[in-house]
Amino acid sequence: MTAGSPSGLRFAGEVRRGGFRLQADFTVADGEVVGVLGPNGAGKTTLLRALAGLSALTSGSIRLGGRLLDDAAAGLFLPAEQRPVGLVFQNYRLFPHLTVRDNVAFAGRARGQSRRHARTAADRWLARLGLTELAGRKPAQLSGGQAQRVALARALAAEPSLLLLDEPMAALDARTRLQVRAELAEHLTGFAGPALLVTHDPLEAMVLTGRLLVIEDGRVVQQGTPAEVARRPATQYVARLVGLNRYPGRVLAAGPSCTVELDGGGTLVALAGEQPVRAGQRVLVAVSPAAILLHAEQPAGLSARNVWPAVVRGLELLADRVRVRLDGRPPALVDITPAALAELRLGEGSPVWLSAKATEVSCYPEGEGE
Amino acid sequence: MGFGFLLLPLLALLVRAPWRGLHRLLSDSAGLTALRLSLECATAATALSVLFGVPLAWVLARVRLPGIGLLRAVVTLPLVLPPVVGGLALLLALGRNGVFGRWLYSATGYSLPFTTAGVIVAETFVAMPFLVLTVEGAIRSADRDLEEAAATLGASRGMVFGRITLPLVSPSLLAGSVLCWARALGEFGATITFAGNFPATTQTMPLAVYNRLEVDPEQAVALSLVLLAVAVAVLVALRDRWLRPGGGL
Repeated sequence: MTAGSPSGLRFAGEVRRGGFRLQADFTVADGEVVGVLGPNGAGKTTLLRALAGLSALTSGSIRLGGRLLDDAAAGLFLPAEQRPVGLVFQNYRLFPHLTVRDNVAFAGRARGQSRRHARTAADRWLARLGLTELAGRKPAQLSGGQAQRVALARALAAEPSLLLLDEPMAALDARTRLQVRAELAEHLTGFAGPALLVTHDPLEAMVLTGRLLVIEDGRVVQQGTPAEVARRPATQYVARLVGLNRYPGRVLAAGPSCTVELDGGGTLVALAGEQPVRAGQRVLVAVSPAAILLHAEQPAGLSARNVWPAVVRGLELLADRVRVRLDGRPPALVDITPAALAELRLGEGSPVWLSAKATEVSCYPEGEGE
Repeated sequence: MGFGFLLLPLLALLVRAPWRGLHRLLSDSAGLTALRLSLECATAATALSVLFGVPLAWVLARVRLPGIGLLRAVVTLPLVLPPVVGGLALLLALGRNGVFGRWLYSATGYSLPFTTAGVIVAETFVAMPFLVLTVEGAIRSADRDLEEAAATLGASRGMVFGRITLPLVSPSLLAGSVLCWARALGEFGATITFAGNFPATTQTMPLAVYNRLEVDPEQAVALSLVLLAVAVAVLVALRDRWLRPGGGL
């Protein structure tokens, strides 16, 4: 077992829950906010529970600031109440019989502070999060956004060395989410220790975190900055999440540009990336939905190297554009403006042509980032 | 018909009640003494049941160990055991020559049977399971999520129980206590077997009713009316819990 860095968090271990197994190895530096991204049932919450001391590791260890929290081999396990770890639960879990102030004062009371001392400290946190007026309310009298802030205040009032947030905005409506996200960004920046934020909202992850940990089927499948992950999604899940078209395939011809035969049918020409690829190699090809052009008829005299026919299968209205789902070789998601939609008179079943410049198509070795 | 069967005896009690002489019959000092003894003993038995029953309920609801099923069976047994048998068992355990009573007697010169304390013990034995099972069910269905949240905030097991679990199950604790108290108030078989039937020390209301039936039936009916009134009061107090379809203990 390697000695962890004296500061920050190091998780290297495995947790089993029922038939499920989560295995991960990663570090989070002090002051760093890492987003944990993954589909439902991937093991995100299992990871947080292990870090918080609500589940024990079956092997490996967790080290926080040079202190061992869990070491399966040594038989060491600090239960939740002995860990300096704050956890903001997805459904907040505020104590329904206590006022907002006493919810926030709870950690102080748990540490043996007098009621008055704990309440004074709680009032400071309430003021910091703009909750002073709500101090006397019961959780049932709070809106979703208010409850979320109280949950954050309650966790922060325990002065944890590690902060965990489990989908902190999943239960909020879109408008509240926008406001709470901005506030949360501010508090996360002010937090001195390592922080992990579980989410399956890519935008939330991009705005709030500096690095992403993508978990699928109990394994970390990709790590990197949000920009890296978005540019080179390692799996179909991440690609869909960041709205990329992603195709596995095999390189037919390599050079300054490479031609890739796609597993699902069709070929695409891509510009070679930083990592050189060679003929015969397994690769992933990624294209942004904004980089594909849609034409009513077969385009002529176009410089684009990739041109193929497709049929419209669905239309989805996004905030400022329309995402068109198309079946072809390969199938694709294409973003167009509402004006273009009207002009092209698209509907389900409409035959169209797609084109993409090789410079807009990236190609990288499969398994990268895993 | 089933309903009539349940209702008819109660109606008979009301019809035959000596309404005119009720005041005189109830202000009779022997009746008052029995009533006060009953209230005191039932309240003491309920207090003991809360004191010992709540931790027991927590263990039954939360501890995952082989043998917990057996423990629950032992707790439930007094519910189905004829109270007379319970009283006899108490006598064999705590009597002056009993398994434990012998030791208690030789050490302190004190013996429980046929004392007011004996009444309380008999009532506790019979009534505590009502409280334990009610509270156990509440703890079992209490929100584990909130207990976990409290743990992540640094609360010890004891604090989680005292500040989170207990307040959350307090409606059930109250209901269980009332139920326990009502059962203790009506206790007859175990009390008469273990504590006897001595006016002013062990003769509670049910025992007094039984006693009077032979010498002064009118007063027996009057005392019964009081117990019926208490039962109705309990029902009214817990109406939200019991008088609702699907409401359990």
